[in-house]
Amino acid sequence: MCLGAPGKIVSIDGLVATVDFFGVQKAVNLHIVDEPVEVGDYILNHVGYAIRKIPADEIEGTIAMYRELLDGPPGDLMREDVEGEQGARSPRAESRGR
Amino acid sequence: MNATSQLKFRDPVLGRALGDKLNSVVAELGRSPVSVMHVCGSHEQAIARFGLRSAFPRELDVVMGPGCPVCITDVPEVDEGVALALQGVRVCTYGDMLRVPGTVKSLADVRGDGARIEVVYGIDQAIALARETTEEVVFFATGFETTAVATAAALLAGVPKNFSVLSAHKYIPPVMEIVAEMPGTRIEGFLAAGHAAVITGSGVFEDFVKAHRIPVVVAGFEPLDILAALVRLVELVRDRTPEVVNMFPRCVSREGNRVAQEQLWKVFTPVGGRWRGIAHVPNGNLRLKEEWSAFDARRRFTIDVSRLWDYAPPKLLGQCICGEIMSGSRGPKDCPLFGKECVPENPVGACMVSTEGTCRIWHQYGGHLDLRGVS
Amino acid sequence: MNPIPSLHKRDLQIAMRHGGGGRAMRMLIEEVFMRGASDLPVDGVGLAAMDDGAALRIGDQYLIVTTDSHVIHPLFFPGGDIGRLSIAGTVNDLAMMGATKLLGLTCAVILEEGLSREVLERVQASMQATCREVGVPIVTGDTKVMGKGELDALVINTTGVALTSRVVRDNGLRVGDRVIVTGTVGDHGLAVMATRNKLQLAGELKSDVAPLFDLVQRVLAVGGESIVAMKDPTRGGVASALHEMAGKAGVGMLVSEADVPVSEAARAASELLGIDPLHVANEGKALIGVRPEAAERVLAAIREHPLGRDAAIIGTAIAEPKGKLVLDTGFGRRLLAEPEGEPLPRIC
Repeated sequence: MCLGAPGKIVSIDGLVATVDFFGVQKAVNLHIVDEPVEVGDYILNHVGYAIRKIPADEIEGTIAMYRELLDGPPGDLMREDVEGEQGARSPRAESRGR
Repeated sequence: MNATSQLKFRDPVLGRALGDKLNSVVAELGRSPVSVMHVCGSHEQAIARFGLRSAFPRELDVVMGPGCPVCITDVPEVDEGVALALQGVRVCTYGDMLRVPGTVKSLADVRGDGARIEVVYGIDQAIALARETTEEVVFFATGFETTAVATAAALLAGVPKNFSVLSAHKYIPPVMEIVAEMPGTRIEGFLAAGHAAVITGSGVFEDFVKAHRIPVVVAGFEPLDILAALVRLVELVRDRTPEVVNMFPRCVSREGNRVAQEQLWKVFTPVGGRWRGIAHVPNGNLRLKEEWSAFDARRRFTIDVSRLWDYAPPKLLGQCICGEIMSGSRGPKDCPLFGKECVPENPVGACMVSTEGTCRIWHQYGGHLDLRGVS
Repeated sequence: MNPIPSLHKRDLQIAMRHGGGGRAMRMLIEEVFMRGASDLPVDGVGLAAMDDGAALRIGDQYLIVTTDSHVIHPLFFPGGDIGRLSIAGTVNDLAMMGATKLLGLTCAVILEEGLSREVLERVQASMQATCREVGVPIVTGDTKVMGKGELDALVINTTGVALTSRVVRDNGLRVGDRVIVTGTVGDHGLAVMATRNKLQLAGELKSDVAPLFDLVQRVLAVGGESIVAMKDPTRGGVASALHEMAGKAGVGMLVSEADVPVSEAARAASELLGIDPLHVANEGKALIGVRPEAAERVLAAIREHPLGRDAAIIGTAIAEPKGKLVLDTGFGRRLLAEPEGEPLPRIC
C-alpha cells in the first residue's frame, strides 16, 4: 500500500499526468500536489496521486548529507576507504549493465 | 532521476560505510539494548528485504510498532465490509485487506461464497467501476493519512451517486503518543515514515518531541535512507538532544503539503477508535465529516454485522498475540502459533495477512536470524 | 475416503493458491493425488519425486514423459501466446529431465462455446510454428467443447514423450556446486501482469516464452556428468525452483542478488507493482546445477547461444541452513523464503 514511487512527467492533460517510472508509464492525478508541475518534473506518486514535486537536484543534496554523517576531519580513514572503494571499478558492475 | 541516480540510494559501498558508522555510534553508548521504533510497514519491508538487520549492531533493537495499516484495521471494521458484501453490495478494496480475518470471515472468504469483491490499486479504479454500472459500489478505504488524502481528493473531485466510502483510515501521530506513554516503554527514539511526513510535514512531531523528550527522525525508504536516519537517531539519543530531524529533505518539508492537508481535513475528521490489538487511540481514526454523509457507506446502508455472529470465532484467535506485536512489546518468535498454525496461507492474525505485517515479513524474509556466519 | 483430520478448514475447498506451484499445491498433491498411488512398474522417476517429468526405463534408455495444462489469461500477450506456451512449456520440461531425443507431443484442447474460430486458428498456427522450431510433431490429440460460461475461452493440455540414456533430476546438488540461470528473470510473469493491468510500458517487457531444447543439449554436451540438477523456474519463479532443488538435495543455498540478471524493464515493473522478479514465472529459462570445476566452462557455452546471452552464476550450494535460501542483498543477508505459490493467477 505504501508504494510511494518517484517518476517523471511526460505529458499533462488537465489534472491527470502521464508519468514515467523507469520506463513504465502510469496515469497519476495532480489534485493534491502542492506546487505547479510541468512536463519534465519529477513527482512522488502514492496510490495514483502525486503527493510531492521532487526537485531534481535534491538527490545530490541527500547523498552529500549522508556523506556528512561519515565525514570526520580530513585524513579520516573511513572517508578515504569509502572514496577509494567507490573510485575502483567493479568488473561485475560493468558487465551487468543491460 | 533516472535508474542510475535512483540507484545511488542503493550504493552498497556507502551502505557498508553507514553500517559501520551505525555500529560505532551504538558502541559509544556502551549499553544494550538501545531500542528505537519505526511505525511504518514499508520501513519494515525495506529493512527485511535488504537484510539490513544483519548489518545492525547486536545492541541495537529496531522494533516495528503499529505501522501496518492493514493489521491495525480492527475486526468490527472488517466485519462491516464483509457484512456489506453479504448484503449484495459490490465492495472494492486494496488487495492487502482481502484476507484479513474479521470475526470469522474475511472478504476473501465471502468472495469464495459468491459476494462481489473487487481488488483495486487506487480509489480511481473503484470510481471507474461505479461509473460503469448502476449498482451500488462501496470503496473500503483503509490506510494511513498518506492514502486518506487520495480518498479525500477523489471525493472532492466528484464521484457518481452510486459510489460511497466505508472509511477505516487511520492517523499515525496519535499512536506514537500511546506508545510513548505505555508503562515500561523502552523506546528511546522514533523513525517516522517519510511518505506520511510528505503530507503532514516534519513539524507535526515537534509537540510530541517537546512533551516526551524522545527524538524523532523522518526517514525515506531506500537502504541508505534508513541507515543514515538510524545513525542520526542514535546520535540524538547519545547526545540526549530530543529534536525532530528531517533526513528525507528531497520529499519532506517542515510544513508538509498544505494542499493535501486542506483537502484531507475538508473531508475527514479524526475520531477516537480501536486499533486492532492496541485498543483505543484518541483521534486515531479518520471518519467522513457530516457534510459528506451522503457518500458515507455507514449512513447510506444499514450494515448488519449481527449475522456474522452465528459463527464461533476460531479457538486459535485466543492465542494470537498480534496486539502485543503491533505495539512492539513482543515479537513473532514469542507467538506459539507463528510459522506453525499461523502461516501466510492460513493466517490466524492480521499481522500474518498483510504484506506490511510484522509476522508476514518475518516469515517471508526470515526474521532476525543471524546470517552473518553463512558462507 | 476421509478427509485428512489435520486440514485447516480453509483447505476443505480448493482455492487459487492450490494452483500456484508453491507450498499449498505441493501439499495438495501429497495429500490427495499421491494417496493410494501405485508404484512404478519399472525403474525410473515417478510421481513421488515431483520432478519436471517422469522417467520410465525401457531397455538401456529411459522414456521421459511430462504433461502440462495451460490456462493462461490473456491468450495473447507480449512475446507470445497460449499456443507457443503449450509447446515450449512441455518441451522444456522434457529438456529439464535430460531428454536428448524428442519423440512427440499430444495436444488436448477444451474449447468454450462461442470461441472465435479465428482465435483458435491463430493459436494453432503458433503451436505448429513452435513445433517446427523445435523439430517435434504433435502426434495425437483430443477436442472437447463446453458450454458458454462453463470454461474461460480455451484450455490446452500437452503431453510430451522423449528418450534419454541419462536422466537428470532436480535433486543432485552437493555442497559447493554452483547454480546458473540461463538469462533474465521475471520477464514472463511481469509481462503478463503488466498487460492485465494495462500498464503502459515505454520499455520492452515481453514474455520470454521459448523452447530451450537446443540450449540444454549444448549444456549437456559441454557439461556431461558435471550437470547434476536442472529445473525450469516456472510458477513461483526462481525462488520456488531453487527451494525445491535445495530441499530435495538436503543443502542450503547462498544466492547473490546482485548477480541475478534482471532486465531494466522488468526491474521497473517489479518496483512499481511491488512484486519480486524472483517470485514470478519464467517460460524460457532454466536453472542448471553444475559441479564447481565445470561452472565457468558451462556458463561460457550457454552464453554463446542466442537464448543464453544473459546467463549468470547466481548461487552456491552450502551446508547450512539446509533446505533454505540465503540471499545476499549487498547490504546484508536475509532468507529468500519459499513462496506460498505464484503471486499471479493463470500465469501459465
